[in-house]
Order: sequence, then C-alpha cells, then structure tokens
Amino acid sequence: MAYQVNGQTVEHDEEGYITNLGDWSKELAEVIAEAEEIEMDDERWEVVNFLREYYDEYQIAPAVRVLIKALKKSMGPEKGNNKYMYELFPYGPAKQACKIAGLPKPTGCV
Amino acid sequence: MSEVKKFLYVNRKAPYGTIYALESLEVVLIGAAFEQDVRLAFVDDGVFQLTKGQSTDGIGVKNFSPTFRALGDYDVNKLYVERESLEERGLSEDDLQEITYEDEDDDWEEKPSIHIISRAEMADVMADADVVLSF
Repeated sequence: MAYQVNGQTVEHDEEGYITNLGDWSKELAEVIAEAEEIEMDDERWEVVNFLREYYDEYQIAPAVRVLIKALKKSMGPEKGNNKYMYELFPYGPAKQACKIAGLPKPTGCV
Repeated sequence: MSEVKKFLYVNRKAPYGTIYALESLEVVLIGAAFEQDVRLAFVDDGVFQLTKGQSTDGIGVKNFSPTFRALGDYDVNKLYVERESLEERGLSEDDLQEITYEDEDDDWEEKPSIHIISRAEMADVMADADVVLSF
C-alpha cells in the first residue's frame, strides 16, 4: 500500500501511517489529508506542525490528552480543547493529525 | 470509579541491546494515559537509561532517551534512581539528563523529576507500591 506524490511512491501500513518517517513532505501531508477526507488549512497545519516539533524533541507522538494540554499552553484555551480538536480532526486529533504529520500512531492509542 | 493504584516500574537493564528499556517506557506511557499513579525506579544497569548525550547512530536503533523528558507531560514525575547503582558504575547525578515537570499546583513551576535515593530508601519505594512491574 502506498501514497502517490509528485510521481513518487510512499509506502504506508494498513492504517495509512507512512512506513519511513523520512519520506514526509508538505505535499505528502496534503495527499494523506485527502485520503482522510480532510482539507488542510492554517489551523490544521498549526496542529500538524506542532506534532512534528513535539516528535522531533521527544521522539514520540503524544497521546490526545497530552497534545491538548500542550496546545492549551502554547496557543491558549480557545484552541487547546477537545471540541476544537475534534472539529479539525473528527476521527481523533492524535490519530488523524499524526498520520498527516507522518508520525507513528501515538503510543497508547487504541 | 476504581481506586488509583501506585504502579512502580523497575528498570534494571541498559537502554539498548535488549528491548526491555523501550518496552518499559511504552508501558509507562500507556499506564499514565489511564491516569494511574506511575513511578519509575532505576537500579543496576537501568541507571544508564537516563544518561545524557546518548547516540545510537552506530547501532541502527532509535535513541529513545529524549522521550523521558516528555514524561512530565504525562504527569509522570517520580523517577527514583539508586545512588549505589550509579556509584558502582562510576556515574553521578551530573551524568544524567535533566528531567523536569511543571507543577500544576504551584503556578506551573518547573521542578526536577529525578530523585537520587539510597538502596534502603529504594526498598521503601518498592514496599509502598501496590503493583511492581520489573523490566
């Protein structure tokens, strides 16, 4: 299974998470988002970029609770809350946003 | 609501070479997501897991040591390290990476998560736990 981006093939697992984290690009993120039926806008990019920075620093994709707490701290309560996150990513902010960000499935995410 | 139990994860092995250290950390993160009271103990070669400046470039596995610094976000802020184990390996507190958490009840002040304790105190930490998981 694979995504097609700019004529290149990027492998992913049965749930759509890319196999090689180094394959990620902004173009690929758009392709994954499309497969998830999500349209990327500034708000969604903000979350995706945040997740990539978190992964870069800690080598893990955070659990939803942790993600929301961290967003609340950096972006304020109007963005760091469950409702806002689920509006952006209806099938689970950690799950969908991590997939688009090219990260592994969050640890402890069932 | 079920009662919150004190879980103690005892880490005895060096970070790489076996999968124990990484598996332990993953279970810790999962346990913390279920809002249990999670504590970590580092004894024997387990103290090497917290050393700073780790590089795994030569062995082709992921360096997961930065993940310990995320534990504060998961409300895991009790990491007990046995002093004797450090000394027996020629290590001191200065060789360990700095791990902190922000105390919600104290205006988000940053506080250290690592506590260096003696072997006798470690026995008390173990006795105090409801569940002990050894890795």
